[in-house]
Amino acid sequence: MKKGIGLPVFSGVAIGPAVVYRKAQRTLPVSSGDPLVEKAKFEAALETARQQLTALYEKAKVEIGEEQAAIVEVQLLMLEDLDYLDGVNMAIEGGAAAAIAALDTGEEFAQVFAAMDDEYMNARSADIRDMSHRLYDILCGNTGFQLPEGSFLLVAEDLAPSETIQLPKERILAFVTRQGSSSSHTAILARTLNIPSLVQSDITFEAAESCKILAVDGFTGTWYADPDEQTLEMLKAKQNEAAAARDALEAYRGKESITRSGKKVLLVANIGCPEDAEAAVKADAEGVGLMRSEFLYLGRDSLPTEEELFEAYKKVAEIMGHRPVVIRTLDIGADKQVSYMGLEKEENPALGLRGLRICLTKEEIFRPQLRAIYRASAYGNLNVMFPMVASVWELKAAKALCAKVRKELEEEGVPTKDVPIGVMVETPAAAILADELAKEAAFFSVGTNDLTQYTLAVDRQNAKLGQFYDPYHPALLALMAHIAKAAKDNGIWAGICGELGADPKLQEKFIQMGFTELSMAAGRILESRKLVCESQV
Amino acid sequence: MKEIKYVITDPLGMHARPAGMLVKAVAPYASKITVTAPTGTADARRLMALMKLAAKQGMELTFTVEGDDEEKAATDLQAFLTANL
Repeated sequence: MKKGIGLPVFSGVAIGPAVVYRKAQRTLPVSSGDPLVEKAKFEAALETARQQLTALYEKAKVEIGEEQAAIVEVQLLMLEDLDYLDGVNMAIEGGAAAAIAALDTGEEFAQVFAAMDDEYMNARSADIRDMSHRLYDILCGNTGFQLPEGSFLLVAEDLAPSETIQLPKERILAFVTRQGSSSSHTAILARTLNIPSLVQSDITFEAAESCKILAVDGFTGTWYADPDEQTLEMLKAKQNEAAAARDALEAYRGKESITRSGKKVLLVANIGCPEDAEAAVKADAEGVGLMRSEFLYLGRDSLPTEEELFEAYKKVAEIMGHRPVVIRTLDIGADKQVSYMGLEKEENPALGLRGLRICLTKEEIFRPQLRAIYRASAYGNLNVMFPMVASVWELKAAKALCAKVRKELEEEGVPTKDVPIGVMVETPAAAILADELAKEAAFFSVGTNDLTQYTLAVDRQNAKLGQFYDPYHPALLALMAHIAKAAKDNGIWAGICGELGADPKLQEKFIQMGFTELSMAAGRILESRKLVCESQV
Repeated sequence: MKEIKYVITDPLGMHARPAGMLVKAVAPYASKITVTAPTGTADARRLMALMKLAAKQGMELTFTVEGDDEEKAATDLQAFLTANL
């Protein structure tokens, strides 16, 4: 048995096999310039792909059945397709590197199939892409990150948002990362999924790869590789205890969140996609306090279309029904970057072109999103808020665009509803100007993660600054109190959508300050309701 | 030259798997084997081309087999079609 420590970001116990996530190698091999050499490389890659797929086929046949195995078999056959091979060879003769030839030819075929007037054949374009991407990965020297079947604990150096969204979340028992902080995206995801996780852990990839069973104790922040009998028993007992505590919280399901003195609080969920909305309903959230739109923009090669955004927002609106949903407009930049937007690399991205700043400078990105939100507004109870506001004029400019978009839609005969427009208060400037902003906004929602980072000048991505990233800092709490008061004075509501909203040590204080909405990971709703209902304030 | 006419009975039509099996089945023969469906014509050795025919149940396929081993190829092809398509 080996053991070590990490910073726990969600309590609970997970026990299971470990998988080490290695980043895909993205270095593109250039062509050697000699078609014969490139062809030989391609032949070798074909052989490797054949071996991989054959192994996968055998495994699938035994473990999941003939039908799934047949899908793999089709890819094996496509690998031999003469038209595909001819296409690749022609591209190589035309001077392309083997990797590019394999990828581009696959894409050409995939597009032909995607355009066919036959649903079954349309779906085959995914098989072709899968096959050609496999060859591409092999040729790029990426041995391929392949997830095993079943559930597992994921061990990684760190995980970018674009990487986490592609993971099969339902099969992950825990995250253990060597980097990251308690407010990094891995930590946020762990809390959304309710899985015990450690960041900044001292686990080595060797330890994780060589063990049969990895266990994480999210209560103490400990990991165990191949735990001995006694430890395993202790962990299982803890796991049962945690399950019992969860059951006890069920008593609060369906209840109103109201303190003993009669203060009503709306306990709502933070979500990233329509599936999260379903989880929020299951967790008994009273609405959505923060829909992080950027997850619709990450993990893809081009901007989502208005239609795609509309479908996603509409789905969330429909799932939540009469319950309020606050959509935050695009907050790309800083720690969440996408290559297709062509944003320049910045020295200091947290202070750079991000959030509303991008939206106001690139209307072609902002407009489709606003149109999608207004179109979806007809299907539920939608609110919108803008991130990274620092000045009143920014809010006014964004509001003007909203009004324009709505008018356009009305002229087109598209039904819309009133969408209350709020400010995500996350810059110290917005906090200080809360009184003026409150005259222009329908509500405030405090993003405590960024507000902490900007107020204290502490980079939240920098794990070494942990002890200086103090969310209980009096400067921060003073700003929070000021925001709540400004809202109350101007007759609008204020909520909290950062991590602090779910902090049991602060919830009472926030309610006292006058916040009436707390948005958090769906898994925290019931325990927060218990706290609110037992509170005297 | 030999010609075989065959009406697809597989409810899924000539989907990826039988198309792949057809490619494998005709591989050992030297003869040129062509498939004509109402949707187009394809070389029976080329999987994606076969799939692009999107041939459905009830469609009539015409196979032409031409080459030195056409007798044997056509007989085996007929057996393959009856068993798999």
